Amino acid sequence: MREKHEAPPTPNLRHAVVIGGNRIPFARAGGAYANVSNKDMLTAALDGLVARFGLQGEQIGEVAAGAVLKHSRDFNLTREAVLGSALSAQTPAYDLQQACATGLETVIGLANKIRLGQIESGIAGGVDSASDAPIAVSEGLRRVLLEAARAKTTRAKAAAFARLRPKDLRPSAPGTAEARTGLSMGEHQAITTAEWKVSREAQDALALASHRNLAAAYERGFFSDLVTGYRGLTRDGTLRPETTLEKLATLPPVFGKNLALPATMTAGNSTPLTDGAAVVLLGSEEFARSRNLPILATIVDAQAAAVDFVHGRDGLLMAPVYAMPQLLERNGLTFDDFDFFEIHEAFAGTVLSTLAAWEDEDFCKTRLGLTGALGAIDRRKLNVNGSSLAAGHPFAATGGRIVASLAAALAEKGSGRGLVSVCAAGGQGVVAILEAR
Amino acid sequence: MSADYYLSLVNTPFANRIAKQIGLPRPAELRRYQAGGPLVPGPILVMGEGSGADLLAAALLRWGQDVRRHPATGQSHGAVVVALDTIETPADLAEPLLELGAALRGLAPGGRVVTISRSPAGVSGAGVSGIAQASARHAVFGAVRSLARELRGGATANGIVLHGDVPADAPGALRTLEFFLSGKSAYVDGQFVDVQAPGALGASLECIWTPAEHSLAGKVAVVTGAARGIGAATVNVLRREGATVIAVDVPAASGLLAEVANRKGATALQLDITAEDAGARITSLAAKRFGALDIFVHNAGITRDKLFVNMTADRWRSVMAVNLEAQLAINQVLVESETFAQDGRIICVASTSGIAGNKGQGNYAASKAGVIGMVESTARQLAGSGRTINAVAPGFIETEMTANIPLLTREVARRLSSLQQGGLPGDVAETIGFLAAGNDAEINGQVVRVCGQHLVGA
Repeated sequence: MREKHEAPPTPNLRHAVVIGGNRIPFARAGGAYANVSNKDMLTAALDGLVARFGLQGEQIGEVAAGAVLKHSRDFNLTREAVLGSALSAQTPAYDLQQACATGLETVIGLANKIRLGQIESGIAGGVDSASDAPIAVSEGLRRVLLEAARAKTTRAKAAAFARLRPKDLRPSAPGTAEARTGLSMGEHQAITTAEWKVSREAQDALALASHRNLAAAYERGFFSDLVTGYRGLTRDGTLRPETTLEKLATLPPVFGKNLALPATMTAGNSTPLTDGAAVVLLGSEEFARSRNLPILATIVDAQAAAVDFVHGRDGLLMAPVYAMPQLLERNGLTFDDFDFFEIHEAFAGTVLSTLAAWEDEDFCKTRLGLTGALGAIDRRKLNVNGSSLAAGHPFAATGGRIVASLAAALAEKGSGRGLVSVCAAGGQGVVAILEAR
Repeated sequence: MSADYYLSLVNTPFANRIAKQIGLPRPAELRRYQAGGPLVPGPILVMGEGSGADLLAAALLRWGQDVRRHPATGQSHGAVVVALDTIETPADLAEPLLELGAALRGLAPGGRVVTISRSPAGVSGAGVSGIAQASARHAVFGAVRSLARELRGGATANGIVLHGDVPADAPGALRTLEFFLSGKSAYVDGQFVDVQAPGALGASLECIWTPAEHSLAGKVAVVTGAARGIGAATVNVLRREGATVIAVDVPAASGLLAEVANRKGATALQLDITAEDAGARITSLAAKRFGALDIFVHNAGITRDKLFVNMTADRWRSVMAVNLEAQLAINQVLVESETFAQDGRIICVASTSGIAGNKGQGNYAASKAGVIGMVESTARQLAGSGRTINAVAPGFIETEMTANIPLLTREVARRLSSLQQGGLPGDVAETIGFLAAGNDAEINGQVVRVCGQHLVGA
């Protein structure tokens, strides 16, 4: 039985608003940021935000960010980035980690603190480097080293090292494999994609739209207020404005090659490994007004959910499917009440499986406990300024990218609501509502 | 930016002696502005008869300067100010200028000669006496320009030109005097700044203008092309002078732009100034964020060099679009805008290439000459409104742009000015800061060259 949240959002809380955002262009792993650390990238993203809003030396209420692939030395990553930035050194910060939902969760956490009156302003975000990923020593070597460190005599130290075996010297690099299934995220999605019978053509079409939309948004200057160049990059390194359906159709499948159905997921309709960082400036309305800063959108509400992908029937990346009806119900809204849908494109198959599930009456009745299908999304409102397939997906940076872009799109339109949906490893998902001002 | 290694080398004692013996140029380290430092490196000798000399001496005394009215043998001077505002005939020039010549031996390194004279355009009455007066006034230009070429040790000579009956201690004149005397004008040499009657909306002349730090306190300024070179240096100077600064550059330069903005506490705005809504977006940001816009520095510019015979349409058009047409469009927005202050200041970056022309820079020189035409024409439109428009015309400035010039050409270009070296971005920025300051509207339509009195285009 799912926990129900019947109560509407508490009316006497104040609003938390999005003032603006900044990210560095996302780079293909091993590309422009190959030798740059998470701390460097997060600092650069913060500095770009500081420059855009003239926040040099300002003390922000709190900065929250995180990284999915994180070195153990970076236990205080966000605080260290703040100290290296142009912000006041008296700005507190904390790290947060919820796989690919990290960035969105930092937004929700700080927005809630603002709504409660605990802080006036906050910077939320995330960073990830697939290039500068941590590599750990093997479990065997780690135990030997710890024991040797504890040893009091040279003889005891020697005894500890004597237990070392050649296989212990093999380093262990992080992968995208799920801890409990051993399957990679792509292989998990391939199962879901096949289950929902999402065609290769539909996935390629979604990838193409992502590239076209992102390129068009750059062309009209949409990202001038959202992106600051870094290390020679001024646009996302994975963006392919000239790609075509024909080109995408030539790519060989990379996931789901051992399934019964033909494999459909390629490097073109899956997000590449990427490096990058994104941050969002949040504040109370008073904070924004007192500094004459823009108010782009309000953070209305959010909901997390998780699925049992290990033993249950649900796909690894299908948790947003469950979070969404709860969020809509609590706010008395349907898909028709939204002007923008930002569904994170981990894989084109994820987006299309998610949409298919919401449109499926049987699924919605039996699995979501609804009276009918949740509904269809007007595809013309989906990821209108591009998403992860084109921009790339530095795991923890994606939430900040999406929230800032959506807020800017709402401000540009001047009215309406936007819906965010982000899937995450561990069978998790987070969805959120933003509203124009 | 390429370093001028020769300048460093020749200022070591041994190399200096060699250079002197074999007749190589010996450029001096220029005296540049340092906050809190002295205005000039020694007492100021004020020469000349008549009211102008008295007024200037009184003003300089009020500024706390060590003022001398007569040269004394063996006395070194930090500057010589020569009032020529009362000359009527060519014959009147002989005495003060010969006296000035005699005083030059005592001019300190980094010293200044500043003349103050009246404009030949403002000659009263026609006839033989009027023509003689205009000739005498014009003769001053030749004298000062030659003097500037003769001075050594980083010393410069410049002139203030009063229009009509503008008194020698008008705010505009005194501001210009302070600029010429200070290290802010280190690379301005052999130049003249006209000071006009302020018009109905200009400041009253009740109190004598005095120099102050933070000359732009409370002002909101925009600098285009702010990510590097002269633009970045201008952000620094305007911030030092207390202005709030919006630093503008294209998205492709946004990383550098953010660094410039964060270093000095400015707001970064990514924008292509050739976009149709550029002027509106800038004024809108200034209005919303800061409630005002007082100073607009048109610095953004590009080069796409080609000989005319090889010139392509896109090279021609892109240079014209960025360097001239964008400024025209934005100025139109500013002139019509209520956000742009009633005493708003527009400063355009022209180029000595726009004055003298430059081989391989037909498009660039045309655009920069166009900027000068725009400044002169807009100045007439703004006259009496309280707003002003002026230009700086940089000569050889050590920037990324000039670092791309082939080594030998670059080395020759550097030494062909009276100061025998390239200028620094900060030298241009200081001149921009001077033109941005002051609540008088007495300096309008001027093109101030920052070229060390280069042989070409000065």
